[in-house]
Amino acid sequence: MEFWNFFWTTVAAFFTLATFSFLYKDNPLYKIAEHLVVGVSAGFFVMVLWHTTLVPNLIDRLADGRWIYLIPLVLGLMMWFRFSKKLSWMSRYPMAVYIGIGAGVAIPLEMATKVIRQLNGMMRPIDWENFFGAGWLDVTAGFSGILLFVGAIAGLIYFFFSKAHTGVFGGVAKFGLWILMLGFGASFGFTVMARISLLINRIQFLDNEWISNAFDSSNEHYTVMYPILFWLVILGLVAYIVYEIIAYRRRGPEETAGTT
Amino acid sequence: MKRQLPFFLVFVFGAFMAIQYFVPHKTSEAIYEFFIDILPIIGVFALALGIWSLTKVSVDKIRYRRENWQYAIFTLLGLFLMILFGFTDENWGFHWRMSPEVAGEGTDNPNFRLLFNYVMIPIQATMFALLAFFIASASYRAFRARNLLATLLLIAALILMLRFTPFFGDWIGLRLSETATWLMNVPNTAAQRAIVMGVGLGLVATALKVVLGIERDYMGRG
Repeated sequence: MEFWNFFWTTVAAFFTLATFSFLYKDNPLYKIAEHLVVGVSAGFFVMVLWHTTLVPNLIDRLADGRWIYLIPLVLGLMMWFRFSKKLSWMSRYPMAVYIGIGAGVAIPLEMATKVIRQLNGMMRPIDWENFFGAGWLDVTAGFSGILLFVGAIAGLIYFFFSKAHTGVFGGVAKFGLWILMLGFGASFGFTVMARISLLINRIQFLDNEWISNAFDSSNEHYTVMYPILFWLVILGLVAYIVYEIIAYRRRGPEETAGTT
Repeated sequence: MKRQLPFFLVFVFGAFMAIQYFVPHKTSEAIYEFFIDILPIIGVFALALGIWSLTKVSVDKIRYRRENWQYAIFTLLGLFLMILFGFTDENWGFHWRMSPEVAGEGTDNPNFRLLFNYVMIPIQATMFALLAFFIASASYRAFRARNLLATLLLIAALILMLRFTPFFGDWIGLRLSETATWLMNVPNTAAQRAIVMGVGLGLVATALKVVLGIERDYMGRG
C-alpha cells in the first residue's frame, strides 16, 4: 500500500471511529463526521445529477436545437421564485405540473404493480400432488401456496378498520395478525443480522486495511509515517477520553451525561 | 389565478397521465414520454432549492454564532469541495460537462472519488453499523414472550438470526436453514404482500384526491 493510500485509509478509519464514538454520547468527533457527511453527500448528489441528468437531458438537447426542452428549463427556473416574497406564487406552477404528472402516473402504475401484480403473484395453482412438500417446510408445497394466499388476505383484513373485528371477520383478522407477527419477526431478525454484518465489515476494515497496514513492514512503501499516523489517531481518541474523564470529575455526572 | 390555476394544472396533467396509460396511441405515448422525461429535470431545479437552503442555514449559523456553529463549517467544506472537484479534472482544469476525451474529470476526478470513498462511504456505513447496537437494545424490549403475538415475533426473529450464525446455521438437526427460508418466503411474503397492497391502495386514493383537488395542503397556504 502506497503512502497516500494509507493516509486516506487513516482518514476513513478516523471517521469510522469518530462515528462509533456516538455509542458513548453525542460528542464533537461524531458531530464533525455527521456534519461533514451531510455536506459531502449533498455535494455528491448535486454533481451526479448535474452530469447524469441536467447536462445530457437538458443542456445537450437545447444545444442540439430541441427547443421543446425550454419548457422544463422555464418550469425549473420558476421554482426559484420561491426565494422572492412577492413572486413566490409563481413557484406553484412548476410544482403543480410536477405533482400533477407524478400523481397521474402513480394512479395506474401503483394499481398495476402494488395491487394487481401482487394478487397475481399469490394466486398460484395449488399443487395437490405435492401438498405437504418433499422435505421439511417446502416452499413449493401446495400448503405453503395456500398459506401465502390466505395469510395475505387475512393480513389485509386485519388492516380493514371500517368493520368491527368480531365474529368470523375478527377471527380472520386475528389470523392475519399472527401472520403479520411472523413476518415482522422474520424481517426484524433479518435486519438485525444485516446490521451485524455491516458492523463486522467496519471492524474488518479497521483490522485488515488500517491496523494491519500500519505495522506491515514487509510493504515495499513502508515508512515510519505509517505507525505515526496510526498512533496520532489513537492518541487523539485517548486525549478526548482523558478530557471527558477530567470534565466528568470537575463538573459531575449531570452536565457530562450523554445526550443520546 | 394565483391559487386556482395551479390546482387546475394538477387536474389537467394528472388526468391526462392517468388516462394516457389506457390509450395505446403514438402521439399520446410521445407526450407521456416527454412528461416523464422532464420530471427529473424539474426535480434537479428543486434540488438546487434544497442546496441553497442548506447553504443559507449553515452560513447563518456561522454568521450569528448559533449553537454548534463550528460544525456548519464542515458541512459547507464538504459541500463545496465536492462541487469544486465535480467541475474540475485532476489538473484543476474547469469542465462543466464530462467528455470521453478527458480522463479524470467530473465524478471521475480522483479527488472527488477520494472524498466519496474515504469520507462519505465510511461514515455512512458506520452509521448503519451503529444500528446493530441500538437494534440490540430494541430487541431486548421487543423479544419478551408476554403473549402469543410477542412469542411469534420472538420465535421468527430468533430462527432468522440463528440461521446466519456460523454455529447454529449449519446445525442440520435444527433445520434452521429450511425453516428460515420458509419463514421468509411464506409468512413474511404474505405479510409484506398485505402491507404492499394496503400501501398501493392508499397511494392510489391519495393520488386521486390530489388530482381531483380534494387534497390541497401540499401547495402551502397564502
